[in-house]
Amino acid sequence: MNGLVSLGTRLGRAGLMVFGVLVLSFLLIRLAPGDPALLMAGEAGVDDPVFIANLRQQMGLDQPLLQQLLLYLGQVAHLDLGYSYRNQTSVWSLLAERLPATLSLMGSAFVLSSLLGVTLGVIAARARQRRHWLDGVISQGALLLYAVPTFWLAMLLILLFSVHLDWLPAFGMESVARDLHGAAWLGDRLKHLLLPCLSLSFLFLALYIHLTRAATLEALQQEYVHTARAKGLRPRRILFGHVLRNALLPVVTFAGLQLGQLASGALLVEVVYSWPGIGRLMYDALAQRDYGVLMGGFLLISLLVVGFNLLTDLLCRWLDPRIGAGGQGT
Amino acid sequence: MPAPQHPPRHALKRLGLAVLTCVAMFGSTVQAAPQDGGILNLIAQPEPPSLMHGVVTHVSTQYVSGKVLQGLLTFDTDLKPQPVLAKSWSVSPDGLTYTFDLQPGVTWHDGKPFTEQDVLFSFNTFYPEVDKRFGSIFEQFVAAIDSSKPLQVSFHLKKPFAPLLSSLGSGLRPVVPKHLYEGSDLRANPYNLKPVGTGPFVFQEWKRGAYIKLAKNPHYWKQGLPHLDGVVFHVIPDGSSRSAAFERNDVQVLRAGDADYSDLKRLGALPDVVASEQGYELYAGLAFLQINTRKPPLDNPKVRQAILTALNRQFIVDNIFFGAGRVSQGPFVSSTPYHDPQLPQYAYDLKKAKALIAESGVDVGAVRIRLLNGEKGGAWERLAEYTKQALQPLGFKVQVVTSDAATWFQRVSDWDFDLTYNFIFQIGDPYLTNAYLYRSDYILKTSPFANVSGYNNPEADRLWNQVVDTAEGPQRQKLYSELENLLNQDLPIAPIFEMRYPTLYHKQVHNLLRTATSLNEDYESVYLDAPTP
Repeated sequence: MNGLVSLGTRLGRAGLMVFGVLVLSFLLIRLAPGDPALLMAGEAGVDDPVFIANLRQQMGLDQPLLQQLLLYLGQVAHLDLGYSYRNQTSVWSLLAERLPATLSLMGSAFVLSSLLGVTLGVIAARARQRRHWLDGVISQGALLLYAVPTFWLAMLLILLFSVHLDWLPAFGMESVARDLHGAAWLGDRLKHLLLPCLSLSFLFLALYIHLTRAATLEALQQEYVHTARAKGLRPRRILFGHVLRNALLPVVTFAGLQLGQLASGALLVEVVYSWPGIGRLMYDALAQRDYGVLMGGFLLISLLVVGFNLLTDLLCRWLDPRIGAGGQGT
Repeated sequence: MPAPQHPPRHALKRLGLAVLTCVAMFGSTVQAAPQDGGILNLIAQPEPPSLMHGVVTHVSTQYVSGKVLQGLLTFDTDLKPQPVLAKSWSVSPDGLTYTFDLQPGVTWHDGKPFTEQDVLFSFNTFYPEVDKRFGSIFEQFVAAIDSSKPLQVSFHLKKPFAPLLSSLGSGLRPVVPKHLYEGSDLRANPYNLKPVGTGPFVFQEWKRGAYIKLAKNPHYWKQGLPHLDGVVFHVIPDGSSRSAAFERNDVQVLRAGDADYSDLKRLGALPDVVASEQGYELYAGLAFLQINTRKPPLDNPKVRQAILTALNRQFIVDNIFFGAGRVSQGPFVSSTPYHDPQLPQYAYDLKKAKALIAESGVDVGAVRIRLLNGEKGGAWERLAEYTKQALQPLGFKVQVVTSDAATWFQRVSDWDFDLTYNFIFQIGDPYLTNAYLYRSDYILKTSPFANVSGYNNPEADRLWNQVVDTAEGPQRQKLYSELENLLNQDLPIAPIFEMRYPTLYHKQVHNLLRTATSLNEDYESVYLDAPTP
């Protein structure tokens, strides 16, 4: 019962958080200069004042700001994210069209960086214990990856693997002109995904390595590890059954926070690799002052971040039952 | 058994030489027959907001929808009108009636026949409604557009209007299908996003943020055309990625502006790449410094002349734009017949610029000048920085204000700037494009491409009105010369350079640049050497 109340409270807080993000983003994007109606008329090659005034009216931009905000919140409450006049379609359909691309990129980068990062972090920690050179290689390599700007790394990967070696495609998420099915289709998608996924993973990979290495080293010093060793448990069992379970707590917390950063990192990667995701949709919407699409993007990302944080909380409780049970969690 | 007779070695040499000579003489002139098949991969950047260039004149929209929709005529690279949907045309001796005979046997992509009714709807209803500039010109000059027999349309003018053919053949006025547009909200019509035309390619799919696919029109009205199976436009937002895609031959054509100017030289030197400046004869680009003439010290013509004199425009062309242009000769592009070759020039001369400032008697350092820099790319940012430095010796205090494209658009439209760089395409007759930058009735707060300088000279207005009422000929040329001299002296806009548009394409692509409407033509005869499946 307590758990349900706690979950309800958390959900309520999350709802308030999303509401706050919506209101703040609404006000912030309207602070930026740039008139969507003027821009749209400009793209159409029209400078007729009547046309621009009509467009402004159609978009509701002639209303006071507070009224615009209330109208928008009312729409959102009815699950209506509005209409993109620039794209001549609903914001929902634009987001739905782009969401799979972003989720596949973020999801694959998340899985790759977390699995590889944790594995390499554990290996580095074990190597450190044995004063093996592998620790230096992994730690310094991770530092190098962390220091390289994502967009630059992405360009280097394109130059190496696409231009010089001709192994992987340079842009897009599919071979457009080829009619592929089944395994060939999947292979083509994976080939297109590899470089963007690597570029996005590298930054987080480094963080996972360092975090896991430090947490594992700390856990290895704990008394329960000595006890386990004294009891004659095999090193592998100690590592996976005791050390890793405790060392993973900060890693899981970080993973929850990573999603928000992934969304912003994905924007750069999406631009460099022409990946048709939400990040690029928002980037274009910002340039065109397409308020509806921008707000829809903010809403979606805030929902993802808040949802992921909630999931992280639950996962941490499962990993360490002391959390939330009145005990002192790690 | 006698040994086989070998031809003497010198005879072989002669034979080889003869073959080589033949190849050298004829090889370059005999072209292989066009091959059918293959997909041409292009870049549509930025992604177009609409695929109907009759409604949206966005450069990417024209590029894509120019393959689907067609106009009455086009222009060849010598700026001579060529037939498209109009088979032929004639002009009455008094220059007041233009009669167009239309191509027979043309169908829209949905199978409906193309008729004179489509042309009448396009120019009587569609364009006057969606394009107010066009509408007001037509209201001023066109008495009626009618048809006296099938597949024939006549434009009856109130008074001679020399730029009529330029206007119809600019590539911006495709004929639209009456049966799909009549009675609808023309700007919100769903066919603006999935165009139906008469062109060699049929709209197939638009995956936003990724690509636009066009397929071969199997019922195209010209027998045996088009050669290509389809055209794919890829949306690639990053300039370096566009260069890489071209280098890999993932895309076969790179338009001017697709890559940074600094990258064009390297890409143009690749072994299988052709660089050409052909095809932009009708779209003569003019880059200029827009001056807000409302406030001191920029309200003084001497100060404006000093600014232009202090800018080393050859340096700008050579070092900032890497040779992609030539120093401007005046307010009208020098490659068009409307430019006066005798026009006085503002050669770079710092001493003279200082003398002009002294002559003006104005303290140019009294106020800070804001040079508003939009988001047009690296070269334009370098140009803004150069301008700041170049004007310092004259005593100007220039502050470069950088903004994103949307902010630039709004601030220039609101006249909230002192100096800013911009460019236009002079489409043939200056009355159709340049006039909006100078005419006092276009001092509007609705577009950066109106008279945002606030230039108001009744004499210039009078000349604009007179020039449009005068038929092509020496008298009109004289008026244009007089007008250009006046604008060159007042300088509300300082012409910097005439833009050159290097198009890079892989050698496997043929017949790419055939008309003067840049790459916006329909590509009916484009073919690939080694078509890809």
